[in-house]
Amino acid sequence: MNPSYYLLLAALLFTIGAMGVLLRRNAILVFMSVELMLNSVNLTLVTFSRLNGTLDGQVMAFFVMVVAAAEVVVGLAIIMSIFRTRRSASIDDANLLKY
Amino acid sequence: MSPDLMTSPDLVLALGGTGEAVTFWVFAPLATLAALGMVLARNAVHAALFLAAVMLCFAGLYAAQDAPFLAAVQVIVYTGAILMLFLFVLMLVGVDSSDSLVETLRGQRVAALLVGLGFAGVLMSAIGSAVGGDEGVGLSAVNEEGNVIGIARLLFTKYVFAFEVTSALLITAALGAMVLAHKERPQSRLTQPEMSRRRFLSADPLPLPGPGVFADHDSTATPALLPDGSEAPSSVAAALQDAPGDGGTVRQA
Repeated sequence: MNPSYYLLLAALLFTIGAMGVLLRRNAILVFMSVELMLNSVNLTLVTFSRLNGTLDGQVMAFFVMVVAAAEVVVGLAIIMSIFRTRRSASIDDANLLKY
Repeated sequence: MSPDLMTSPDLVLALGGTGEAVTFWVFAPLATLAALGMVLARNAVHAALFLAAVMLCFAGLYAAQDAPFLAAVQVIVYTGAILMLFLFVLMLVGVDSSDSLVETLRGQRVAALLVGLGFAGVLMSAIGSAVGGDEGVGLSAVNEEGNVIGIARLLFTKYVFAFEVTSALLITAALGAMVLAHKERPQSRLTQPEMSRRRFLSADPLPLPGPGVFADHDSTATPALLPDGSEAPSSVAAALQDAPGDGGTVRQA
């Protein structure tokens, strides 16, 4: 099994996640797309770990998972507090810092 | 998988390779379809469930690449914890908070589609030419002791400082979430004795009439109303219908 297939799959999923960030307006869906991008990068790290024959890539992917967990907690709390003040989870509504 | 591999003495390795290929070709299309479903789903809960499917496919792909520890962590952390958190917040924010169709930037969707297609083309062609048919070193040598032991060895020697810093990050995240999501109640909640005292001090201490009873009378001699507004004489007990009634509340239909 050629490992580059995994890299191609990760690239495809990363692109799908990026499209989700660009196309969706609901903040939670944008956030889920960011999670998808993080995961596809993790797949790349695991594949490179295998290509190089060391476990450093897997440790790196593990750290990415830890940081992603922390990021999800804080991000969802921010979405919640924005929703509480503005009654909306749309990212187009949160534009008070625009000018 | 070429057929001469199957007849070679290294049959175990070859069969391992076919198993990995089957795993990949089962999970990769599933992951792609579920990711597309997540981006295109109209309902946010459906998107979260599609994302759960993607995460499970990722766990399968990790397991196929000699990373059983990461596969388990993926299932536990992502599908178990993070996605449930997403679903909780979806329920709090409201499931029907769908996307607005107003385009703030004109032509953004078309531009995003074009940029995405171009990005995917560039990335995939670059990967294809950079890695090529390189099979890589493989992890069978470093995983000899066991994958978990190998990762632990690295984590607690070479990366021990990063591992310690992680604890500070997690505590900061937990505190930040508590500070951000906390809401002060404007006044303390009324207790039951306070509520009953308040009711007896009010002008009308009686309980409100039960549902289905017409508002200004709660006597059983008051007939119910039919859908067209007329009174239903059969709703009053026969003994009360011909009785003189208290204050003429029983009216003949």
